[in-house]
Amino acid sequence: MPRKSLSIFLPALAGLLVIAAWYAIRFSLVADFKFLLPTPDEILRAFRANHAALIRAALNTSEGALLGFALAVVVSSTASLAMALSPAVRFSLYPYLMALQLTPLPVLAPICVLWVGAGLKSVSLLTFLIAFFPLAVNTTQGLVSTDRNLVELFRMWRASPMQELFLLRVPSALPYFFTGLRIAGTLAPIGAVVADMNAGSSFNDGGGLGFQATIYSAQAKFPALFATAATTCLLGFIFTGAVLTLSWFALHQWHDSYERADK
Amino acid sequence: MSAPPTVELRDVSKRFGEGPLVLDGVNLVAASGEFISFIGPSGCGKSTLLRLIAGLTPASGGALAVDGRSPEAAAADLAFVFQEPTLLPWLTAAANVDLAQKVRGVPVADRAASTRRVLDLVRLGDRAAAFPRQLSGGQKMRVSIARALSLSPKILLLDEPFGALDELTREHLNEELLAIRDRQAWTAFFVTHSVAEAVFLSTRLLVMSANPGRIHVEIPIPLPWPRTAETRLSQPYYELVARVSRVLRSVDTAAA
Ligand SMILES: Nc1ncnc2c1ncn2[C@@H]1O[C@H](COP(=O)(O)OP(=O)(O)OP(=O)(O)O)[C@@H](O)[C@H]1O
Ligand SMILES: [Mg+2]
Repeated sequence: MPRKSLSIFLPALAGLLVIAAWYAIRFSLVADFKFLLPTPDEILRAFRANHAALIRAALNTSEGALLGFALAVVVSSTASLAMALSPAVRFSLYPYLMALQLTPLPVLAPICVLWVGAGLKSVSLLTFLIAFFPLAVNTTQGLVSTDRNLVELFRMWRASPMQELFLLRVPSALPYFFTGLRIAGTLAPIGAVVADMNAGSSFNDGGGLGFQATIYSAQAKFPALFATAATTCLLGFIFTGAVLTLSWFALHQWHDSYERADK
Repeated sequence: MSAPPTVELRDVSKRFGEGPLVLDGVNLVAASGEFISFIGPSGCGKSTLLRLIAGLTPASGGALAVDGRSPEAAAADLAFVFQEPTLLPWLTAAANVDLAQKVRGVPVADRAASTRRVLDLVRLGDRAAAFPRQLSGGQKMRVSIARALSLSPKILLLDEPFGALDELTREHLNEELLAIRDRQAWTAFFVTHSVAEAVFLSTRLLVMSANPGRIHVEIPIPLPWPRTAETRLSQPYYELVARVSRVLRSVDTAAA
């Protein structure tokens, strides 16, 4: 079987095996504990019953994730330029970026709530904080590791510092930027959901997926809780897919991380 | 009345920081239109000499003039071809050539035409839209040369431009380079490790010795023009290659 169809067939087979095992475990559980593992059809039914709430929650989470993500892209790009241009700025900021990255989100959440209040603002701010680090670190790295020979070439042409920055350093940092973007893109929806659980509220008529999960858990609506988890997962796929697509458009023609176009 | 020498080095020396002398007492007067090759053992300072002329690094002693000016002042007359193609991977061949002119301040209106002209010159007109990764090593090198030529240089500095290529491709590119030279008048400074290539291309060949780098001997190459594949089969060519090889070996053993 050719590689391409194997890469579809094998995951499909594995999925079927997992579902079979799932039902097997469920049926072997004694009646009192069956609630621990709702079957896929129960979860689907829960999704259908709660789809309005889940979709609204997913949209609310997406809004928070997108706002925070976009803010992280803008601020990290600016900060990276500053850090790349000035070693003084770089050395001053780096340890604090690191410190921020090492502080867990649930600890930052109440501080955010204190400052901007629970709800969308806190969710966006926390997503921003979690997406900022991988973007800033990778983009800065990209901006300072421009090919020395190319820099010399620009010096030979007597390029102005602005030309060197925008015609050479910025484009050659793109692959690094997209590495950061891919990491940030997977972290953003996760961060938004965790933030929502810790600093969310019933904003926008019911809050996000994290808030929703907290409610279902409290109400012991376990199939609905599983359906929420699945929705979160789907949202993550959509975010990651979108970022991968962007990255493909920007890099596939020239960067070695993609197959040669003429192969 | 002859034109003023395009490049003049008087007792030029070079050391990096507190390091040993890399170049010592280099004297060289190059007239307009010459094709001068440098050959010598690895580490004897050939690249350093080229970078001095290009103004990429300052001399430590002596005087250096390009068209009667400092290399920095003469930057617009110089173009450098590095050993690597040094193309920007995110730009097509044509865009790479265009960028050099853009940075050098060539008006937009003139760029498209000259980009097409130099790519045709290196016989890559049909690959203008290709990205560097889609080109072979030899093709990339030709784009790099086209880029240098697009700046209409008076002086072309080439540092082992064909070092990474196979023999046959190298011979083809040598012939191409001379054909282009017939149409564009520039003075060339060419660094190579290949005796055959140096003899084929040059009007004059400078054999260098190492520690510190000096011009050991100057060998004029009086082979007739135009030089073609036929030239490589001629008796005088063989004799010159043999002579240069002998000198080079004596320089190398003296250093060892
Ligand atoms: N930036 C630098 N800093 C310190 N030393 C240097 C620098 N560049 C070159 N050198 C030294 O200067 C000497 C001459 O180097 P150069 O690159 O000019 O040699 P080369 O003749 O071009 O050798 P090759 O044929 O191997 O390219 C070497 O000993 C090298 O170590
Ligand atoms: Mg060298």
